[in-house]
Amino acid sequence: MQPEFESTSPELMLAFYRRLYPFKSLFQWLNQGQAPSKLFSNREFAFTLPGDVYLRYHSFDTMDDLKKQIVKLNPSRFEIGAIYSAKPRDKKTVRPTAFVPQQRELVFDIDMTDYDSVRTCCSGKGICKRCWGFISSAVIVLDTALRDQFGFKHLLWVYSGRRGIHCWVSDQEAMTLTDEQRKAIMGWLEVVKGGKEMHKKVNVRMPASRSLHPALEGAVGRVSGVFSELVLEDQECFQHEDGWRTLLELIPDKGVQSTLREQWEEDPGRSSSKKWEDCRRQLKKVEQSGGKQAALLRAALEDVILQYLYPRLDAEVSKHRNHLLKAPFCVHPGTGRICIPVDPQHVKEFNPETVPTLGQLLEELNDPTLVEGEHHSDWQKTSLRPYVEMFDQYINKLMSEARANNKVSRAGPKLEF
Amino acid sequence: MFSTRDRKPLDQRTDSHFGQVDDLAYLKYRHRLNFYDEPPLFDVTLEEFETWAIDRLRILAEIESSAARNRTLEELKSVTTAQCNKYLPLNSNSAIGIDRDSERKKDHVSHFVLRLAFCRSEELRARFVKAETTLFRIRYELDDTQERETFLSTRDFGWKAVDEEEREKYSKELRNASSTTKEVPGERYYKVHWTKVPDLIEKRRVFLKEGYAYVPSREQSSIVFQAFQNHLNAALQMTARALPRLEEDTRVLPILNHLSQGFLSGVPSEYADPNFEANGEEITAEMVDDLSRKHFPMCMRNLHDNLRKDHHLKHYGRLQYGLFLKVLGLSINEALVFWRQSFGASITEDKFNKEYRYNIRHSYGLEGKRANYPAKSCQRILTNDQPGPQDSHGCPYRHFSVDNLQAALLSTYGSQGFTSADMPEILHAVNGGHYHVACTRVFEITHGIPKGQGMGDGESVTHPNRYAARSRELWKEKHAPKDDQMIVD
Repeated sequence: MQPEFESTSPELMLAFYRRLYPFKSLFQWLNQGQAPSKLFSNREFAFTLPGDVYLRYHSFDTMDDLKKQIVKLNPSRFEIGAIYSAKPRDKKTVRPTAFVPQQRELVFDIDMTDYDSVRTCCSGKGICKRCWGFISSAVIVLDTALRDQFGFKHLLWVYSGRRGIHCWVSDQEAMTLTDEQRKAIMGWLEVVKGGKEMHKKVNVRMPASRSLHPALEGAVGRVSGVFSELVLEDQECFQHEDGWRTLLELIPDKGVQSTLREQWEEDPGRSSSKKWEDCRRQLKKVEQSGGKQAALLRAALEDVILQYLYPRLDAEVSKHRNHLLKAPFCVHPGTGRICIPVDPQHVKEFNPETVPTLGQLLEELNDPTLVEGEHHSDWQKTSLRPYVEMFDQYINKLMSEARANNKVSRAGPKLEF
Repeated sequence: MFSTRDRKPLDQRTDSHFGQVDDLAYLKYRHRLNFYDEPPLFDVTLEEFETWAIDRLRILAEIESSAARNRTLEELKSVTTAQCNKYLPLNSNSAIGIDRDSERKKDHVSHFVLRLAFCRSEELRARFVKAETTLFRIRYELDDTQERETFLSTRDFGWKAVDEEEREKYSKELRNASSTTKEVPGERYYKVHWTKVPDLIEKRRVFLKEGYAYVPSREQSSIVFQAFQNHLNAALQMTARALPRLEEDTRVLPILNHLSQGFLSGVPSEYADPNFEANGEEITAEMVDDLSRKHFPMCMRNLHDNLRKDHHLKHYGRLQYGLFLKVLGLSINEALVFWRQSFGASITEDKFNKEYRYNIRHSYGLEGKRANYPAKSCQRILTNDQPGPQDSHGCPYRHFSVDNLQAALLSTYGSQGFTSADMPEILHAVNGGHYHVACTRVFEITHGIPKGQGMGDGESVTHPNRYAARSRELWKEKHAPKDDQMIVD
């Protein structure tokens, strides 16, 4: 661990913005094309300056203006908001009705804090490779849902710098969703609910048939492998008393519940996998005896998997177009880590502890074998390179589709005349 | 307002029907239901302009207040139908003896007048759209099936019938996504883009694949209502833009102003009323502890106790509790003191000033859009902003699991006469989903009131502030005579 106080000093931040931050890529991503459009010029930027000064409603006509301002202000981080009907910097001079959010990427925020009640390896601000497993299974479920169910194609996943991950969906269709439609998506996606006083936080079955919606059935299938790996073996979620008592609360059958309780009280060190097997065995028994409870019990065990591994989303971030979210490639002020894009295909292998940090990148730049003078693409000489390249590849696909869409819509209005 | 392309299909239909010897062919308005595509392009007298609009307004106001009074859909339907028959009757095509055209004309004109009156602000627009959509929905559901079908066939809702092959392919998914267990033989499905049925998506009631929702025919009406709503929303935005030109007409403007004000005051909402707050006595930060023990409903007790325990509440908890305290009579200055003290040393002065002061002032209408936010009613607590895994707001009767609720009830109200003998009754109400019944019963028990009387005259709990206010009244009644006696002694 490098010392935290040094990792994000203003001097280092300034060098980072001057020499490393991939402004060109950021511009193309937001603008979805080369020539500056409303997607960029009417876009809100917000800056957090050292000492918790927060500046909202900035906007820029070109990438160079943005870079100039960032170098001037040297913010500890900056955030990206909606595209408004007017330039955000003119907010005070236009009528309030003429200043409304119009477009915005559909965004999601998954944060480890929401998993504090289920993870056992770290708590609070800590995160390690092990508890990242919760995030990665959330990513897998959410990524598939957005692609297969909603049909979105351009999903950018970005590590939030400490213990979470953000997702930005840039499909034209996603950009133009209304707040109401965003709320509907959240309703579709939210499964783990209920306050902290509620044991069973997953209540998503059809009241009569007890069947699981196909979207969720798919999710159970996708994470049940991870469940034994992560929840049972790695995290040992049910080994300690708190953990297995929570599990018992989720079992609807009183008889089964008390059998298991007795068994587990006698054997305090029994591993989570064994306990889970006990549950499965009880289920089989009930099934064989032909009890009506079997379906109920099987459903309950599936719900346990959902409760532990289904994505827990910060819903407010996604519901409103005017919400701000930290820009990719920012430096996390606490950890010094760069908020790099993450490939959802390989999210399982992602290790938050090996993410390049600000200090490390600048050191790489200072390597005397690489001295060549400053220019825009200094990042190419550092370990930031693969991430910027990954970002650029993503952007290329996005831009070529945006071009195709523009052609269609330019041809469209002609019919009106 | 609308491109000519949209209008064409309608015109063609009219032509093709002209040949038929049919009473209907002479109707200007061919359908009872109306999507209000075209503005009235004929002369209307000023008197008609105003009275028709007022008649429609009465109906919309009734719909709005029904929502505030928590009426069920069935009650809403019967109340609204009664209002409609009185002020704005609209008969079906089969009612040959009645001048259907003039009924429909009144419906048409009044709708457009109110559009003008309600397009001016975001809030008015939202309320108008909501009430109009409800009205449309009620009419739609009561409409003659045959006539409804013909009406639907005049519009393109962008749905595509799902063919046999696809239905086979996804048969399992379609079955599991539906909300009923009964297999409906030969049920037809329609494919629409999911953005056209956000309500079904939000409740996860359809099968969704690559952006398309597979809507069973019995949910088809959702598509229609949503289309109506979107259409009206877009139209209102257009009207708002065109309005400045209209304001030159000095005859119309006063009428429109008058109408929109009438709508605003049409909804009785005593808790949003500033006078209501004036009735509550001023309370201070120090009094909250004592008041909470004596007079607060379970939801607020829980928030208060959590705040005392953790020295913190999450956003919606602060909102729910803060607005409650505001209406209870905690002034802004006292509120700042209260929250500052409650957070204690866990939060620095600096952090408090930066992150919380604004929000507290905002909820008192002193920042941002300066709205006077009412305290949340039971209905809102029960249905909006569902608590997440770490939250402590919400309604304990609904959002606690049964054993936690039992423990909480006993520890909270044990000293006020609540015993475990009372438990079965409470749990029965909770299991039935009658959370307000449970809360009302707890009120009766802890205040020594016979069952069924509620907060007086059988009134049940619908608002936490009403609960607290009534509890304080009762306490005063009980303690006042004693004071008198002491003076006498």
